[in-house]
Amino acid sequence: MKTFATYNIKGGVGKTATAVNLSYLAAHDGYRVLLWDLDPQGAASFLFRIRPRVKGGGKALIRGTRPVDDAIKATDFDNLDLLPADFTYRHLDLVLDAAKKPARRLGSLLAPLSAEYDVIFLDCPPGISLLSESVLHAADTLLVPLIPTTLSVRTLDQLTEFISGFNGSRPAVLAFFSMIDRRKRLHREIFEQLPTQRDDVAAATIPALSLIERMSVQRAPVTAFAPRSAAARRYTELWQEARERSGLLPPPPAGTW
Amino acid sequence: MQSVLRQFAVNCDGGAEPDQLLELPGSAFTVSGPTRSVSLRRLWLDTFDWRLYHAGLTLEQISSRGSTELVLTGRGGAILAADHIERPPHAGGAGHDQADARASANGRSSARGRSSAGANGRAGANGRAGANGRAPRPGGRARWPGGLDSLPLGPLRDRLGPVVGVRALLPVARAVSSVHECRVLNADEKTIARVTVDRMSVSYPAPGTVPPRLAVTALRGYQPQAQRLVDRLAAAPEVTEASQSGLEAALAAAGRRPGDYSSKINVSLAPRMPASAAMATVLTALLDTLEANVNGTVRDLDTEFLHDLRIAVRRTRSALKLAGDALPDGLAAQFRPEFKWLGDLTTPTRDLDVYLLGFSGMAASLTAATPDELDPFHDHLRRSRAAAQRLLARGLRSARFSRIIHDWREALATAADGRARPTVGRLASTRIARAHRRVIRDGSAITATSPPESLHELRKRCKELRYLLEFFGSLYDPGEHWRTVRDLKALQDCLGEFQDTQVQHEELRAFATQMMADRSAPAATLLAMGEVAAGLATRQRQARSEFAGRFRDFASPASQGRIRALIGIAAA
Repeated sequence: MKTFATYNIKGGVGKTATAVNLSYLAAHDGYRVLLWDLDPQGAASFLFRIRPRVKGGGKALIRGTRPVDDAIKATDFDNLDLLPADFTYRHLDLVLDAAKKPARRLGSLLAPLSAEYDVIFLDCPPGISLLSESVLHAADTLLVPLIPTTLSVRTLDQLTEFISGFNGSRPAVLAFFSMIDRRKRLHREIFEQLPTQRDDVAAATIPALSLIERMSVQRAPVTAFAPRSAAARRYTELWQEARERSGLLPPPPAGTW
Repeated sequence: MQSVLRQFAVNCDGGAEPDQLLELPGSAFTVSGPTRSVSLRRLWLDTFDWRLYHAGLTLEQISSRGSTELVLTGRGGAILAADHIERPPHAGGAGHDQADARASANGRSSARGRSSAGANGRAGANGRAGANGRAPRPGGRARWPGGLDSLPLGPLRDRLGPVVGVRALLPVARAVSSVHECRVLNADEKTIARVTVDRMSVSYPAPGTVPPRLAVTALRGYQPQAQRLVDRLAAAPEVTEASQSGLEAALAAAGRRPGDYSSKINVSLAPRMPASAAMATVLTALLDTLEANVNGTVRDLDTEFLHDLRIAVRRTRSALKLAGDALPDGLAAQFRPEFKWLGDLTTPTRDLDVYLLGFSGMAASLTAATPDELDPFHDHLRRSRAAAQRLLARGLRSARFSRIIHDWREALATAADGRARPTVGRLASTRIARAHRRVIRDGSAITATSPPESLHELRKRCKELRYLLEFFGSLYDPGEHWRTVRDLKALQDCLGEFQDTQVQHEELRAFATQMMADRSAPAATLLAMGEVAAGLATRQRQARSEFAGRFRDFASPASQGRIRALIGIAAA
């Protein structure tokens, strides 16, 4: 099982759109995929038409009084399940704070799912918190969407430095440029140069496209409702790069157990 | 988790269409679809004696659009293992619609039913590559009937191995299903359940049509909503719960039922029944078993056809010897030579089968020689077996065999109308008592210095007693009967080991002589065969040393009391 997390301290940079589309593409490839919508706003749950509600709330999940397994819901897409958001997730920091080894808690909750899933995506809320620290520990690969600005690059450096201080295993960081506006010179300069200068920045990029915004109208991944679109192609390129860098092996042929 | 929540059969006599049943008036659900119909060619496989069915397993080969999949399901339709045995040239990760249609038509969790796969130890993606040692079979295609070696190496074959054993897998039913799927949506337009509609037309073992079947599969996390849908569907007058599996439904449409063959004597006798009618019933059941195994023996599908055929012949011969006087005068005397001929016809092939079936164990037990040094011996056995099988098949296709079977069945039909006395209860108790006395008498006479022939004779007496207990088993209390047979079986096992090892030892010498004459035995092979012979002699000595204890147990007052009680019940 490989765990990917979409993370950035900033909001509105395309974390949820990335998590939703990449989890769909992984499932379409034949992997058994779980997406955990950790953001109390519940955007990923909304996009899959699943009500953002977990019985007992985030507290029950983190404390283990409600098995994670019980809260999982199937999406309309083959091989893709979702652990929905819940408004109580806004208090997850407090719950984690009261737990033993809070930074490792998320990882220990996910470990039993390895028999059932090949890939887990964690869609994180913005900010730096105990929750995000727990996510950073649980993930094998961090997918970091960056708006091509100088400040974003500085944020990536800070994140990388923070992770380098971890004891034991550290997630691989794969940043990628998101919401690129080709009309802006600064955007162009940064997204064209940085991938050639840094190993942790993906060659694949996600432009700012209105079709991606239409996901909230269609309530489905753009890769599902417009699979031949430019947006879907970009997400496919990003998934291929993320998959290769993570070392995820190909899925088995359908019907083979 | 996606599991088939409920299956329904739809009665279309009143013009009801399965899809229309989903448009429930006043329902909070809406229906999306249906998808395009997928045509599936379905073939169910089992052994001749229904080993999979009795073990609660169903093996189905499903073909569609050039792709063929073998799926093994357990009770409740959970997938235990599956394998593609034929794949279209460019099969990729897509094509789920077809897989799902196949899954639902099978009345099982869909191919997306990850929980069952996970629960059965499917390795995660990161630990999977090459782990199962699958033999690539590009364009490979399984042919049925076939043994386990017709299947690619992998979890499916591993799972089937202990159940199927040496038996071949045979087609037991064949059908074509036209399957389409609808999605049932809630108020958020989120799918909560999938409903597949399966229209199945059966072509084998006989043509037949199965009423359309609806299978409702709840999506994970939406069981309560899907249950409401199921409850509403169940209330529709055109709908009945489909409790049968796809195989059972196909067989029912063809007028057959699974599990309808067993090599056991399955007759129901009453103590006051005339002995002649009872013996005719038992012998007719044995004749049915014999005939049922002729085709598989002639076609050499697996070794157990001959085994069951041979047992039916042996039982028939014993019945004629031990209770043939209950039949009309002269009948037993007329047919005893005929069944002796038939028994002798089957002996060479079966003896060689026994050798070949135990060959790998024999080779593995070598300590001084290496298993490959026995290869020329194995080749010799195979050649001899092929020659013996040709003679056997010729015999079973002969006019003499056909005449025996025909005449015997006719004779048994008239034998059933024989004398009213004695009753079978009386016949059973006197014959079992006599056979039991003989076993006790002959066994008690055996000492440490008795020749092997005396044990061989005792084995024959034991077999006679065993067969009598089997013929008349339905007259007795099942528990008492089982305990009596268990006492006898322990003694028979010991005598069987003694006798079999002696016969194999003698045959081994004959094989060695023959191979020397043919110049087909290198010195290393003869030495290895010598080691095998030494192993057989050790086993024989071991069985001989165990005999006294086994016989003491059989002749114990408790064991004798059980058999007397049994006979007393029957006589009453």
